Amino acid sequence: MAVNVDTGARTRDAATEPALGLLALFWVILARDLRVGLRRWTDASNSALFFILVVTLFPLALSPKAEQLRMIAPGVLWIAALLATLLSLQLLFRSDLEDGTLEQLLTLPYPLGWMLLAKTLAHWMITGIPVVLMAPVLAITYHLPATALAVLTLSLLLGTPTLSLLGSIGAALTAGLRGAGVLLVFIVAPLMLPVLILGARATDLALAGEDPTGPLYLLGALLVLAVSLAPIVAAGAIRVSAD
Amino acid sequence: MLAGAGLTLWRGTTCLFEDLSFRLPVASALLIEGPNGAGKTTLLRVIAGLTQPESGHVTWQGSGFRQQVQSGRLRLAFSGHSPGLKPELSTRENLRFFAQLAGLPARVSDILEATGLDSCADLDVRLLSAGQKRRAALARVLLSAADLWLLDEPQTNLDTAGRRFLEQALGTHLANGGTAVVAAHQSLDFGAAPVTRLALGS
Repeated sequence: MAVNVDTGARTRDAATEPALGLLALFWVILARDLRVGLRRWTDASNSALFFILVVTLFPLALSPKAEQLRMIAPGVLWIAALLATLLSLQLLFRSDLEDGTLEQLLTLPYPLGWMLLAKTLAHWMITGIPVVLMAPVLAITYHLPATALAVLTLSLLLGTPTLSLLGSIGAALTAGLRGAGVLLVFIVAPLMLPVLILGARATDLALAGEDPTGPLYLLGALLVLAVSLAPIVAAGAIRVSAD
Repeated sequence: MLAGAGLTLWRGTTCLFEDLSFRLPVASALLIEGPNGAGKTTLLRVIAGLTQPESGHVTWQGSGFRQQVQSGRLRLAFSGHSPGLKPELSTRENLRFFAQLAGLPARVSDILEATGLDSCADLDVRLLSAGQKRRAALARVLLSAADLWLLDEPQTNLDTAGRRFLEQALGTHLANGGTAVVAAHQSLDFGAAPVTRLALGS
């Protein structure tokens, strides 16, 4: 073996532009995390299976009466979605910390919050989108009318990314701790309550034939807030975890 | 010039280092030596900005280290205990990811060949031997075109040819005006470059 590789070292006096633009950076990280996530599909499918299980157990345990099922459907589906998100959160940064790739991200000249946002989006695409897609199918068994199904899906589409983003804060705080599963749940579950309330409320309103746009707008506002603030908080927390 | 001034760090009730200072000119190497548990890895992480020291600071060319990294004036390659590669992806995919981040995607196959990894480039990293993982980590350092290499026990698990390659790569890096900080408890030949030795735990 001969070293004929230019190691490329040189002294830089002036500030040089980072090699990648922010959008290209976002895409590179998103693509890698999606690829890793699909290779570890058993982990990813756990939360989807859990969601299916919880949602199908309720009619079995309660009653098969249509009006009763219709009444509990928004709450059951939203609680199941929240629990499925909580279940998937531990994987978010833990493996990166363990295999050392997180250290690599920390030593790059790129904004850490932006990279964590890309990672959280990849995590939501792998664990959250299946839940959003399965919810209307499973909700049919609860005798939900078409309008309520549409509002349920929309509220999950707006709400589950917020859950993932809020969860990324807790995942970043507890990434370095052993057996932090319960701690993580206790940290993030209270933060997730507004999303749960608004999501279930929107579906409830649609079910009662009323206008659900109010809670849906609020869910959208929470999503915008979470996208802009959660990665910054998570970035601060992950530096502590990696220390 | 890489410099550390007044670095102090405690782990629990043990003082790893206190008021530690060093100065390292460009194109030279700093060899951190010491027995197990002396704080070699921790000092390397402090220099990389991954661990905050209790007091003191690290500077590059006279200004704060983190600032220099964030502004792109200092390109840094860090290789710690763990290889820093995703076990679910192949060596090629891992290296391509870091090459994209460094903005140098064309170098991947050259570097795979140079590090002797081309035969197992498409295997998942989790299937590689410990020595091959170490080579892959070295490949990641090589392709980052960094000014400063921070290597933690880089010879671990490498065979004789791998060690020779590592020493040659370090020699080339230093001859090209690069700087390196290496934590090692085994001897390492840096070629003609000036080496500063820093003994911890004494």
